[in-house]
Amino acid sequence: MSEAILRVEGLRKVFGQAVAVGEVSFSLPPAGALAVVGESGSGKTTVARMIVGLERPTAGHVTACGRDRSQPARSARERRRRGGEVQIVFQDPYASLDPRQSPAAALEEVLRLHTALDRGRRRARVAELADLVGLDERQMAARPARLSGGQRQRVAIARALAAEPRILILDESVAALDVSIQAQVLNVLSQVRERTGVAYLFISHDLAVVRQVSDDVIVMRHGAIVERGPTGRVLDAPEHPYTRLLRASVPGPGWRPARRIGQEAKETR
Amino acid sequence: MSDPINRRMSDLLDISGLTVRLPLQGLPRTVLSQVSLRVGAGEAVGLVGESGSGKSMTARSIVRLLPTGAHAEGSIRFGGADVAALRGPALRELRRRVPMVFQDPRAHINPVRTVGDFLTEALRAHGRTPRRAAEERAVGVLEEVGVAGGRRRLRQYPHELSGGLLQRVMIAAALLTEPLLLLADEPTTALDVTTQAEVMAVLDELRRERGLAMLFITHDLELAAAVCDRTAVMYAGRVMEVRASALLHQHPLHPYTTALSAARPRLDRRAERLVTTPGRPLSAFEAPHGCPFAPRCAHVRQRCHDTRPDLLPLAGGQVACLRAEELRQERAVPHE
Repeated sequence: MSEAILRVEGLRKVFGQAVAVGEVSFSLPPAGALAVVGESGSGKTTVARMIVGLERPTAGHVTACGRDRSQPARSARERRRRGGEVQIVFQDPYASLDPRQSPAAALEEVLRLHTALDRGRRRARVAELADLVGLDERQMAARPARLSGGQRQRVAIARALAAEPRILILDESVAALDVSIQAQVLNVLSQVRERTGVAYLFISHDLAVVRQVSDDVIVMRHGAIVERGPTGRVLDAPEHPYTRLLRASVPGPGWRPARRIGQEAKETR
Repeated sequence: MSDPINRRMSDLLDISGLTVRLPLQGLPRTVLSQVSLRVGAGEAVGLVGESGSGKSMTARSIVRLLPTGAHAEGSIRFGGADVAALRGPALRELRRRVPMVFQDPRAHINPVRTVGDFLTEALRAHGRTPRRAAEERAVGVLEEVGVAGGRRRLRQYPHELSGGLLQRVMIAAALLTEPLLLLADEPTTALDVTTQAEVMAVLDELRRERGLAMLFITHDLELAAAVCDRTAVMYAGRVMEVRASALLHQHPLHPYTTALSAARPRLDRRAERLVTTPGRPLSAFEAPHGCPFAPRCAHVRQRCHDTRPDLLPLAGGQVACLRAEELRQERAVPHE
């Protein structure tokens, strides 16, 4: 059995009285693609934030590349090493780039920090990464304000990949993109995984996108996993009523949206 | 003053040759170009497109809510009345009959006023409806959109409600003015999928029960196909195709519609690679001289670069593609 590249055991996060994540465990094999599906409040983003160290778990363990990262990093060096293992791309590409820094400079900075490449090699690597995500030289030299949402998101993905992480967390990273751009980015993601062997933790609410990019899926609700399995099986023959509800909520031809019984209970806040 | 809006017209809304220019960086830029679209009484029409396609601008034009400095040509008739000629009370009447619901309800409600204030404000402002009666009506419309316990809701503030619940409050507000046409601009985009299904169910019921017409703006072709009678696809400020939703979804005629449909991943199977279109969606003012989709089109010919195609009738709908007829026959008659 191959050793998991990312292992999450009994992960729990409590904010005051509210349990955001309760006892979540899963593992991700090298070059694997695991999707985490759920709606707002399911705890999926909190799980991602605990893995990258943006939230401190209340209980449980996160192990990436064989090393525990449940506690905050003690030194800049340790933080950098962790950054080299796990990278994250967020949903909003408008908030995640420095407006005064060109994409080329942003990538160069990451390479300087995370690799031992000399200046010439770094330049070549920036060009390679730009090519990988389909950005041309002009776009790489432009200020972020001149780039579209899709182009910015590709910059964010290239920047995350520049650190050569073994694990890339994509938190709703394609949700805000136009359909035609989303397709381009999804293809880039498949290609990158085949070429580099990076593993994806793919957080999404979009079941069709999840089908396209993941091998396995876990379905979360109210901070707990309600169903897990190979993506095809879970989407074709969902076992948990909540997974079935999610599946039935996806519009398509002949779809009749239905008012749910007991909706008031969920909506009362 | 006589009522200029005739609600029994078969074409409730008739947009014809609408071109809109906006000043961008000091220059007039075209954002809508020759848009023609009809919505019948009680009909649901989907308006689908990517960023910059002009779908929201089309909706804003209908109720004359374009940004300052905008210049519009062409005609918009609502219930037979020329929208451009409406003034004062007649314009307010139009806006009452054609309310808008937006993507982000939180951006369109005053966070320091209660839901009750928000819902009864318009009724009470004209001094026509006393407080108690206005609240009765507010509770009534809340019930209509599936929000029980209306009395309690009226005392709540927007931050106390979830996104799905708040969006239903916005729809309820739209119902208070006896609307004939609802302009719904991505009303479910910010909502969870299960909540989206509920809000769509509410809109669907209202349409059936009240005979309410709807212009439903979305980026989601499948959602439009599922809930609208007809769907119009926009690109670079132009309407590329309009057809019955089921037909448009299953047998798209315009290459752009085909591309849009192919780019979307499917729920029932995984594709080795998604079929993508090179480039990015353009705004009207960036579009080339000929067909705006020509630089990205898989079926492009020289004449597509030279001539801008008009929106012409074909196969029970309308298509703006020089090769539409030709491509349709190629698809209908497979090569042996």
